[in-house]
Amino acid sequence: MIQYIARRILLMIPTLFVISLISFAIIQLPPGDFLTSYVAQLRTQGESIDAAQIEALEEQYGLNQPIYVQYWKWISGILLRGDWGRSFEWGRPVGELIWDRIGLTMMISLLTILLSWAIAIPAGVYAATHQYSFADYLMSFISFFGLGTPSFLVALIALWVGLAVFGVNISGLYSERFINEPWSTAKVLDMLSRIWLPIVVLAIDNTASVIRTLRANLLDELSKPYVETARAKGVRETALIWKYPVRVALNPFFSTVGWTLAALVSGETLVSVVLSYQTSGPLLLRALTSQDMYLAGSFILLLSTLTVIGTLLSDILLAWVDPRIRLEG
Amino acid sequence: MATEGGIERSRAAQAEENITDSRAEQIYVAPQWLLMWWKFRKHRMAMVSGVVLIVFYFAAIFCEFVAPYDPESFSTSYTLAPPSRIHFFDTEGNLRGPFVYGMKRERDPVTLRPIFVEDTSVMHPIRLFSPGQPYRLWGVFESNIRLFGIDAPITEHAFFLLGADRLGRDLFSRIVYGARLSLSIGLVGVFLSLIFGVVLGGISGYYGGVADNIIQRVIEFIRSIPAIPLWMGLSAALPPNWPVVWVYFGITVILSLIGWTGLARVVRGRFLALREEDFVLAARLVGSSEMRIILRHMVPSFLSYIIATLTLAVPGMILAETGLSFIGLGLRAPAISWGVLLQEAQNLRSVALAPWVLMPGLAVVLSILSFNFLGDGLRDAADPYSR
Repeated sequence: MIQYIARRILLMIPTLFVISLISFAIIQLPPGDFLTSYVAQLRTQGESIDAAQIEALEEQYGLNQPIYVQYWKWISGILLRGDWGRSFEWGRPVGELIWDRIGLTMMISLLTILLSWAIAIPAGVYAATHQYSFADYLMSFISFFGLGTPSFLVALIALWVGLAVFGVNISGLYSERFINEPWSTAKVLDMLSRIWLPIVVLAIDNTASVIRTLRANLLDELSKPYVETARAKGVRETALIWKYPVRVALNPFFSTVGWTLAALVSGETLVSVVLSYQTSGPLLLRALTSQDMYLAGSFILLLSTLTVIGTLLSDILLAWVDPRIRLEG
Repeated sequence: MATEGGIERSRAAQAEENITDSRAEQIYVAPQWLLMWWKFRKHRMAMVSGVVLIVFYFAAIFCEFVAPYDPESFSTSYTLAPPSRIHFFDTEGNLRGPFVYGMKRERDPVTLRPIFVEDTSVMHPIRLFSPGQPYRLWGVFESNIRLFGIDAPITEHAFFLLGADRLGRDLFSRIVYGARLSLSIGLVGVFLSLIFGVVLGGISGYYGGVADNIIQRVIEFIRSIPAIPLWMGLSAALPPNWPVVWVYFGITVILSLIGWTGLARVVRGRFLALREEDFVLAARLVGSSEMRIILRHMVPSFLSYIIATLTLAVPGMILAETGLSFIGLGLRAPAISWGVLLQEAQNLRSVALAPWVLMPGLAVVLSILSFNFLGDGLRDAADPYSR
């Protein structure tokens, strides 16, 4: 087991390296460098900045050096000193800006996975055990519909319904009076009263696909001889279904939980832009449109890294549950 | 009598047997595509979806002809006008065929909001192939015949099938024009993914070994990072002064850089399965080149799977383009795509006043659902021998 974990962690290192390269490329892609914009911004604010200061900044980020040196300065700053660079738009270190937001994004994504499984697993099992029943057709219809409607559109429609029917503006993660407040019990409660919306919106997509795949997998399993044998031996039907074929049919989900997480983080970015939530989506979008590249690059780096780590954790969990995986590969 | 009845019965049985025989024979000699077609026809939703998509793509290809107005023509007196009501009977109850009344803009006496009321003194019949604003189909053929329309210019009286937007432009015409970009980006993107996917998946499945290992790791890597933040980063890097066509291709390339993975997995799986087949071994023994084995023997036998997978990959592309354009990182106005049109719906006040600005979303949902159903039907039909 320890050997398996060690091998997985070793395999993760090149992945993380490539992620950092891509993030750095995104930082570098827009024409010009951030220092030029930073200096221009300071000048328009009437602050004087002399040549020595510019030179010091250039030195700090290695801007006058070849690209691999710049990359090294950037990544070593993150790894060794926890220095994510500066957001010139906010005039603050990137590290101060992103952690709260990334945390919220991850929390929403994880809660979404849990919610969609809580709905989809019973629903999928029911659909498979009652094939061609009315409920089965209903669920296929709903899940097709869930797959067909992009989450950001659902979020948009939810906003409209909230405004037109209930007369409330449900955008924003907190009520207005809490936006600039520090964290407190009242703020958390306020957030919890609103956070269900993006979770439900995001869960629709995932629930739909889990129901469909689980139904197909389970139908394959149900016709296998071991199910027949157990039934012939007189195992109660419910116990039989949940104990054997469901567990086998669920395996693919646990092994692709990383992809699910990636898809959810992805979807959350768009949904939170629509709902103007204080999560990573809107800030990333703003950073990209205003070419605040260190902020944008850090977001992409951190979101991808956390997703890869999430995948690793789920793999380890899976290997712990299922001995076949840690032995074979 | 009894024997006669017996003979009668055995004759009937014989005839029935002949029918099933000929049916079986028909199945036996039918070419593969016919078997697929029979199987596909049974999937009713897929058939309906196929028709829907044909209509959509027809509208996209001939959008200048199908749209009643030029997408940029506007009328300031019809900003956020609601969809026109189509009447068949006039105020006296006479059948007059489909027509619309003129629209008058008034202010609600209480809220002072602009409201639109029908002016029953003016009547405009809706005509098929009516002359309208001149256009050039595909930028070449000049004409002014539009599929349908009324006999008045937009500045005087307008016929808005789906309402008007914030600038008083006809939303239906804009959705039809938007279909051209939104629907084609899915196909072009999928075509690019197909090239990546078939080449890389093919190498992976045919040669196996180290190449397979590397390509599989790359696929796992790409699928484990969140796509939309990455897409956002890449498309934000497209220079803002690029012309629409370049941005369009830039976006499709960006989308297919990530989108090829699913396809590559399918191709690899088929290659792995077919590599062991007898006919491949036979081809190799008679000395066919590898290229010939792949293109002549292997590809035709999994082509149908590829087509099904491609169909299922299109919606993802359409969604991605819509999402990116919606948040302003994809195509930008003056380009017209469904995502660009939905940008208007970002403004909550517009949505509350004029819910029809969400209509492009309906077009997106319809086309995605249709592609999903069609792909489902094709996937079932791809293996006509399966039960």
